Amino acid sequence: MGKRTTFQFSVLCFGMAFLYVPMVLLIVYSFNYSKIVPVWGGWSTRWYTVLFESEEVWAALTLSLKIALMNATFATLLGVLAGIALARFGRFRGRTLFTGMISAPLVMPEVITGLSLLLLFITLGDLIGWPGERGITTITIAHITFSMAYVTVIIQSRLTGMAQDLEEAAMDLGSKPFRVLTDITLPLLAPGMLAGWLLAFTLSLDDLVIASFVSGPGANTLPMLIYSRVRLGLRPDINALATIIIVVVAIGVCIAGWLLFRQQRQRERDMQMAATENLKTGY
Amino acid sequence: MNGRAVELVASLREGDWRTAADQLLQRLQNAWKTLVVGVPYFWLLIFFLAPFFIVLKISVAESIIASPPFSPLVDLTEEGIINLKLVLDNYAYLWEDQLYIDSYLNSLKISTISTLLCLLIGYPIAYAIVRSSPTAKNILLLMIILPFWTSFLLRVYAWMGLLADQGTINSFLIWLGIIDEPIRMLYAEFAVYVGIVYTYVPFMILPLYANMEKLDITLHEAAADLGARPFTTFRTVTVPMTMPGIVAGSLLVFIPATGEFVIPDLLGGGNVLMIGRVLYNEFNANHDWPVAAAVAIVLLLVLVIPMMIYQHIQSGETEG
Repeated sequence: MGKRTTFQFSVLCFGMAFLYVPMVLLIVYSFNYSKIVPVWGGWSTRWYTVLFESEEVWAALTLSLKIALMNATFATLLGVLAGIALARFGRFRGRTLFTGMISAPLVMPEVITGLSLLLLFITLGDLIGWPGERGITTITIAHITFSMAYVTVIIQSRLTGMAQDLEEAAMDLGSKPFRVLTDITLPLLAPGMLAGWLLAFTLSLDDLVIASFVSGPGANTLPMLIYSRVRLGLRPDINALATIIIVVVAIGVCIAGWLLFRQQRQRERDMQMAATENLKTGY
Repeated sequence: MNGRAVELVASLREGDWRTAADQLLQRLQNAWKTLVVGVPYFWLLIFFLAPFFIVLKISVAESIIASPPFSPLVDLTEEGIINLKLVLDNYAYLWEDQLYIDSYLNSLKISTISTLLCLLIGYPIAYAIVRSSPTAKNILLLMIILPFWTSFLLRVYAWMGLLADQGTINSFLIWLGIIDEPIRMLYAEFAVYVGIVYTYVPFMILPLYANMEKLDITLHEAAADLGARPFTTFRTVTVPMTMPGIVAGSLLVFIPATGEFVIPDLLGGGNVLMIGRVLYNEFNANHDWPVAAAVAIVLLLVLVIPMMIYQHIQSGETEG
């Protein structure tokens, strides 16, 4: 048993070191005074100042956040509809094609998605004059298309896991389908919708390849800006940017994790109490 | 007598009214259902399916120097005859030019080896997490998921700093006195493997974990109690039972890795041929759209079987 625990422990240490050492080093070097990233020149926060003073960075960040917000909202809306359709409507005409179109973007290589959407936008521009200019709108549409697939999968699996009893009971008691949806299904789905929204938001903030294909002149998202800089080599200001992103995300994930953990603990306690009650009353 | 007739008429009317209301409700319900299915359906038809037909169309067009740089597929000639031009030259070109064949083969080689490496690293980690205490399990899972939420691009960038000639690893090895000259790691195939394994290993760990979590781990102990040697137990009990997780995780790594663009571009430099990068350059640098479209179609054909297997597993999981 001892041997097994040692093995388990060393595997986990190795795994976590592999995942986290590169990120820790990225953070450490962001405080390096030297302009050449890997050569240590003493502690300094000068690259953070450089970063905050760059208008380019602010413009790219604003654009990325705008796209991510719109994308997350629309993708959640479409994903919830698609998820309800797949989990609750049984067989309907064109279901096979629908399932295919939902799950394909999850594994489609980004270069193909990007190329095909760009060619669509160009063709549409020639045919109907829209979109005249590529930029924020085209990037948002492209992002909605692939992130709604992720939201759909989350919503569908929540609905499949969720018993239909409550919905059926409400129906039997005479509720109209629309009321059942707004009063029962949607509130039960709220955590799934939040998870989907957050995932869609991050997917959009993270995307480089698809945005580079469908963007036009002048519209640079944050990943596009980072990419154009790091292509030419290591840049200390990018280390500073990476540090900020990692810290923000880590705080967010820890809060979310803590909330989930607390909820789980509460549920366990409730179950235990219910069990003791049952024991006392002799079932 | 009269009273009964009135009653009858009233009940009939009421019945009529009820059926009418029911019909209306039914119609509303159907309209509602159509809306729920229709809106996302319509969106996907326009922004997901239609683009593929356009790519397909352009891949059989002639490349010309114009804007857009391809010939129209359907021409109206002077005599008013519709002239359907279908050019397979672009595909022939892919077949004849060694560059493309090499890129496809190299991409498949790199993604296959990376998938195996991810499995080799991810399997023990997933197993160790499943065997941890509930509290440790939550924290470890959170730690596996956290990198997902940070920028993919920046995680790749982190390795540029580690692997560069003057980078952390080389400096450290020189400081230790193990090497005198830096080893060339960045801008070589090695760096691409490291980058792919690093960024995709969580995609391997999570499906494996989900699969192992559902298994009865005590079977393992039963096999051991019955005298099976650890390796035999592993081979005959653990591996077959975790096969769905292995397949799902492997596909989640293999498919995107084959078409990967960022990692070969940033870590491989110009020295590593991968098809995603070739496609990107063909389109953005050479402006040869028909060839880029043909490259995309062939890449899709290469990946269609693994993608269908994944889809099959996915639909089985959510509906089963």
